[in-house]
Amino acid sequence: MNHAAVVPASHGEHPETATGLNTWKLGFWVLLGSETLFFGSLIATYLTYKGESVVGPYPHEILNIPLTSISTFVLLMSSLMMVLALAAVQRGDRKGTLVWLMATALLGSLFLGFQSYEFTHFYHAGLTLETNLFGSTFFVLTGFHGAHVTVGVIWLLVLWAMALRGRLTQADALKVEIAGLYWHFVDIVWIVIFTLIYLIQ
Amino acid sequence: MDSHVRASAGHELQHEAHAHPGPKTYVMVALVLSIITALEVAVFYIPALSPVLVPILLILSAGKFILVVAFYMHLKFDSRLFSGVFVAPLVLAMLVVISLIILFKVLPLYRNV
Repeated sequence: MNHAAVVPASHGEHPETATGLNTWKLGFWVLLGSETLFFGSLIATYLTYKGESVVGPYPHEILNIPLTSISTFVLLMSSLMMVLALAAVQRGDRKGTLVWLMATALLGSLFLGFQSYEFTHFYHAGLTLETNLFGSTFFVLTGFHGAHVTVGVIWLLVLWAMALRGRLTQADALKVEIAGLYWHFVDIVWIVIFTLIYLIQ
Repeated sequence: MDSHVRASAGHELQHEAHAHPGPKTYVMVALVLSIITALEVAVFYIPALSPVLVPILLILSAGKFILVVAFYMHLKFDSRLFSGVFVAPLVLAMLVVISLIILFKVLPLYRNV
């Protein structure tokens, strides 16, 4: 029997393990690794079919760079809010935790608003999931990213509600850290999407 | 290796791993990320840079990616095991993307010559 793996929790919120690392955090990094492969496959599919559409609308006709640049900036700033929320919960600042978590959720919602506007605009311009290869691969990739952002916003709001009820203390900082890892992952996926899909046309 | 020694070493490693940067560093990183994003968009609109647009954008994008992962996701400060379980599939995903581009975009060009 591996004793190191079952040593009782004797150091606050972090039980000792064979690696000395928190298993929740390690497991979450493994999940993010698998998510990397998931988005990698969607990006690979988009790039493989790039320029293969036989009917329009084509990317250069429809993609709105100024609008997407603003939504990219919004998502980047939400990542800043997220780390400030983590710093606040780590120092036991309840008010700061509430403010920064809500700010992150609001900026995430704003990003989703931009995406909804973009999808609606594309639909009215004649681009749907079935129009051409660009439409199919674009909506699947950005749609899955949007779904991840939606899950992130819900997660942040749950944490905010917990903080409001006093159930998110300094001892629960790991919960915010893991939610933060998810949020920043969503951000880095968008960094790649913004460059490969919007800027390199 | 004795399991208690290993657990103790791990505990020290964990404490070391918790030395995350403070709000000032986070704000500085956000500032740099904003500047790089502005540069990306500016480069996109400069016609003279179109021949080197792709490599410039890929480098700038990689810079943003590394900054977020290193500072906001704390991989620069946390255990290397976290970096390993994330970077290994990332490299695999990049190989898949590059392989498919070569198979479907580069090789057909040679076939048509």
